Amino acid sequence: MERVLTAKMRDDGEAPDLRGYERAGGYGAAREAITRLTPTEVQTRVKDSGLRGRGGAGFPTGQKWSFVPMGPTAPHPKYFVVNADEMEPGTFKDRLLMEGDPHQLIEGTIIASYAIEADVAYIFLRWAYKLAAVRLERAIAEAYDAHYLGTHIFGSPYSLDLHVHVSAGRYICGEETALLNALEGKRGNPRSKPPFPAVSGLWGKPTTVNNVETICNVPHIVNRGVDWFKNASATGEGGTKLYGASGRVKRPGLWELPLGTSLGELLNEHAGGMQDGVQFRGLLPGGASTDFLVGDHLDVAMDFESVQRAGSRLGTGTMIVLDDRTCPVGMVRNLEEFFAQESCGWCTPCWAGLHWVAKLLRDLEDGRGQLDDLDRLASHARLLAPGHTYCALAPGAAEPLQSALKYFGDDFKRHIHERRCPWH
Amino acid sequence: MLTDDERREIEAELARYPTRQAACVDAMKIVQRHRGWVADESLRDLAALLQMTTDELDGVASFYNLIFRRPVGRHVILVCNSVSCWMLGADRVREAMRSVSGAEVGGTSADGRFTLLPIVCLGTCDHAPALMIDDDLHRDVDPARAGELLARYR
Repeated sequence: MERVLTAKMRDDGEAPDLRGYERAGGYGAAREAITRLTPTEVQTRVKDSGLRGRGGAGFPTGQKWSFVPMGPTAPHPKYFVVNADEMEPGTFKDRLLMEGDPHQLIEGTIIASYAIEADVAYIFLRWAYKLAAVRLERAIAEAYDAHYLGTHIFGSPYSLDLHVHVSAGRYICGEETALLNALEGKRGNPRSKPPFPAVSGLWGKPTTVNNVETICNVPHIVNRGVDWFKNASATGEGGTKLYGASGRVKRPGLWELPLGTSLGELLNEHAGGMQDGVQFRGLLPGGASTDFLVGDHLDVAMDFESVQRAGSRLGTGTMIVLDDRTCPVGMVRNLEEFFAQESCGWCTPCWAGLHWVAKLLRDLEDGRGQLDDLDRLASHARLLAPGHTYCALAPGAAEPLQSALKYFGDDFKRHIHERRCPWH
Repeated sequence: MLTDDERREIEAELARYPTRQAACVDAMKIVQRHRGWVADESLRDLAALLQMTTDELDGVASFYNLIFRRPVGRHVILVCNSVSCWMLGADRVREAMRSVSGAEVGGTSADGRFTLLPIVCLGTCDHAPALMIDDDLHRDVDPARAGELLARYR
């Protein structure tokens, strides 16, 4: 299969510089978009491609752009923000895209910004990605020198400034309205919606926030067109996907493959199957905040609709594999402690509920659990469902919990009956 | 008092945003890079420079995992404790770092050389377990070689 998002990456691990990127066809799409297409035409092309957000929620990208007020009466400045705050546990795909080919992200950002007539763009980068920060700053400087950023890009009337903002580490900043507050220099609590960022985002101005991988797809859609994009996936949702695996598999890593590649192919072929001496028990298909899938699901296509039908979410597409040497209760306890710590504390079900869940799980793991704790955990998973909180953090935290109770219920009960962790 | 260097670096950040407040995280990180942490006095100076109240700025400072409001050692060890690293031995890595560095988790060694902190997922899960020391990422960490690793940080 042809690699697209990772095609220009170098074997020696260095990032291509501007000249190397352009030699491989880079910035052709930005030039085409800005000099030959109207912003609306760019929006339409991305909408028609069916590109869906690669950050976890899977919202159609072109549709998101279409909510931004356009034309001479629209409020300015408008902002475009790249969400590069990759902090979903088990997820490491955007790191590769930024370290391996920073110009691709910059080109995508220029095109996306043009499509919504943005004046200023920010890349909101997590603090831990030191190498990505260095390479992005270097690439942005090269792009300014070449007049691909700044005023009159490609000799057109369009101008755009691009800045990198390096955050100081908090998971909730990946939530787009929390990210906007953080970028404004406030505590990163999510905002109540509506109004949505497309209408009132950064400093009250129209704003679009897209994930790194999403934006990296945009130059290729402009270059090669809608039909090519639709045919690049295995199951019709369009495009390729960076899939990854971590845990006790033989070859943990990342692979660019057609969107819709099956779970079994990812696990057994690309990740090489389980390490010798351990058995597969289940996996979180798309980061910490997705429901467990188990052995019955290995024929599920890893695309948005199929994974949802199987009872989980594609999420970020980077799977965390659970093996039989790892205690499922301990794993869920680790996940819920993460979510409890990273809750911003703004709404009660999240800050109170998640700490309570983490405490119940700690008790269970240490052999102090009681049978009705399982009901308590199940009711918390329901109480943390969508609609009860401002943002998706708590509903995301409920996903591995509710599915662990479903698939590993016997393991939970063993902890209670034996009054200890059978894995210790 | 902010130094001339700190002030100059903060001014450069202010140019990136339409409001002074928006540069507050950058400004605190600049002070932290120079001094290791953000003391109450620095917070007051920064708040004045950024036209924020001190409490407002402390609210932002305390929101983040990586703004230090207490002194830290010369080197900060951040051991990932999220799920993939946890499965592959993060607890053993943490214990090795604790015993070799002499710093308790959340604390600083008596000689002021190391501070040891837990950290959430570092986004390098295919090379778990992972940790960072200052700006350096270390992957596939072998707890048995903790002494060798820390010897590089004097």
